[in-house]
Amino acid sequence: MIDFTAMILTVGPELWLVAIALIGVLVGATLKDRFNSVSIKFGALALFAAAAFSLMNYEGGEAFNGLVRTNTFVNFAKFVSYVLAGFALLTSEGFLKRHGTIRYEYSLLILLASFGMGMILSAADLMTLYMGVETLSLSSYVLAAFHRDSAKASEAGLKYFVLGALASGMLLYGASLVYGFSGSTEYAVIAAADPSIGMMFGMVLMIVGLAFKVSAAPMHIWTPDVYEGAPTPVVAFFASAPKMASMVVFANVMFTMFGDVIDQWQLIICIIAGLSMIVGSLGALTQTNIKRLLGYSSIANMGYALVAVAAGPELGAGPLLVFLTLYVIASLGLFMGVLAMRRKGGMVEGINELGGLMRKRPVLAIALSILIFSMAGLPPFGGFFGKWEVLSAGVEAGLMPVVIILVLASVVSLGYYLRLIKIMWFDEPTERFEAVDGPVTITVLLAALIAGILFLFFISALSGWAGTAALGLAG
Amino acid sequence: MAVIAFYLIAAVVLVSALSVIMARNPVHSVLWLILAFFSSAGLLVLIGAEFLAMLLVVVYVGAVAVLFLFVVMMLDVDFVELKRGTLRYWPFAVLVGIIFAAEIVLASVIGTADMETNFDASPGAETNAEAIGQVMYTQYLLLFQMAGIILLVAMVGAIVLTLRHRPETKRQNIAKQTSRRRSDAYELKDPTPGQGI
Repeated sequence: MIDFTAMILTVGPELWLVAIALIGVLVGATLKDRFNSVSIKFGALALFAAAAFSLMNYEGGEAFNGLVRTNTFVNFAKFVSYVLAGFALLTSEGFLKRHGTIRYEYSLLILLASFGMGMILSAADLMTLYMGVETLSLSSYVLAAFHRDSAKASEAGLKYFVLGALASGMLLYGASLVYGFSGSTEYAVIAAADPSIGMMFGMVLMIVGLAFKVSAAPMHIWTPDVYEGAPTPVVAFFASAPKMASMVVFANVMFTMFGDVIDQWQLIICIIAGLSMIVGSLGALTQTNIKRLLGYSSIANMGYALVAVAAGPELGAGPLLVFLTLYVIASLGLFMGVLAMRRKGGMVEGINELGGLMRKRPVLAIALSILIFSMAGLPPFGGFFGKWEVLSAGVEAGLMPVVIILVLASVVSLGYYLRLIKIMWFDEPTERFEAVDGPVTITVLLAALIAGILFLFFISALSGWAGTAALGLAG
Repeated sequence: MAVIAFYLIAAVVLVSALSVIMARNPVHSVLWLILAFFSSAGLLVLIGAEFLAMLLVVVYVGAVAVLFLFVVMMLDVDFVELKRGTLRYWPFAVLVGIIFAAEIVLASVIGTADMETNFDASPGAETNAEAIGQVMYTQYLLLFQMAGIILLVAMVGAIVLTLRHRPETKRQNIAKQTSRRRSDAYELKDPTPGQGI
């Protein structure tokens, strides 16, 4: 019979989100345009509630005949992803209103994408994984092209769709090979199966598909274009919540399904990580569009995260959570910063237009500087500790070459991070900025506060939580 | 015999799948795609999954036929050029037709009797359809519902990206139509002869 308690314990937040989304469809169909503005707050509230929900059932469980299984490792990721998705949704209202594209479907799509995130995190079966990936990706494609009258947004949506479909195909093909050679789609059975050549072949294809979803090189080509073309609030969402979720899923798949054959995939992940770091840090050097620049920076950061994945479940799981949490907070904050800068006739997107921000909007400039320093991994700020954890995990696992690349890439990436700081603090002011709406500024300040000061109070606690969360993986 | 049938049909699947991406004409691509689906259905029959085979034909070949129509309507295909080629390509068309027919015959004659497979196509049930029916809404309930959600996302997405409300288009207002009285529609005038209204 259907065990409702187990269902709530395991995928409670997801069931809640999908129920809210379905109610949203009905309410939207009745209220039409009157629902637009309300739906955003409503959706954000639902996401925060889902985050609370995932903390309430932190230990997780198993339901639907083993199709989903959660533990502390994924519930930690769920919590962070839902909170960030909630902030990304809450702050999008002003931007959409100004562009005249505010429609309640936006919040529905964010809710459904978050549902997909939750499902891939909860998946304990290849079929659940694939269905969740598709829910997340399809919603993302539509969100990327949400400004359908803008040529760039349409291009971003189309590019994302075509390449994403290819990656989904790879993932599916890999999954079918793994299924064919192991005889089951369940993670646990696959982990226990005899690792044959065919299964390894499937594993590599699955790595390719998942690497695309987290935008790691050489499957990163779509990232800068999509980040540049898609509406900024959508990019803020892409760069935070799904990044966290996809990366943790990547780790979860490698750790639980292929945990015993780590010697087969460690080198592959190392190469992907190294390439991502090199491509990300060198590619960003020449960018003049701030969204593109942040796109490349996210590729590099995914490379750092993959070092933690390559370090294996015992060493890497905890640092991965710490690093990702601090990274996605800074990433969301930076995109909120982009969202907060508006001049006459449009958004500020070229990095030279940031000139003299310090003199015009000192608070924003200081907040952004803290976030940039945190992302660059300079010592007094949050990002440093995340990077440090990853670094030490890599060293302990004996992955020296990739650790050296990590350090070098960090130094190179300082080049463009410091250029942003220099333009903000020392260049001549260009144009007057216009006032922006409250939630965006608050989010920037909040993220800066967390990355700059508050993390000091909870960094040891965070490492502790992440450490215990990672234990859930083993159990 | 079954092994020969398998290799024959599998070869057709591979060749036609390759041709889907190699063909210059999109219409030809779609035709190759249909052949690939059809041959895959043949493979499914060989392993005893006849329900899935029929489903594949009904859903994919049926849906692809519609897709084919869309391609013809939407793409800039030069029909004169296409028609001129028709006669030239008849041996090819006949070949495809023969392959179709041969596959059906092969699959139905050989059936499942001596096919060695490493799994049971109808576990715990008499027929394939029964086996699927037993697990679809029970064991795989979650996946079934998720498929529904994905379709909902697709629908919402299509509406978001394409629906435009145009104020200038005239729409039918049924309430207005049915509440119309005779007096709203016409009135009687009594014009004096020679003066008009």
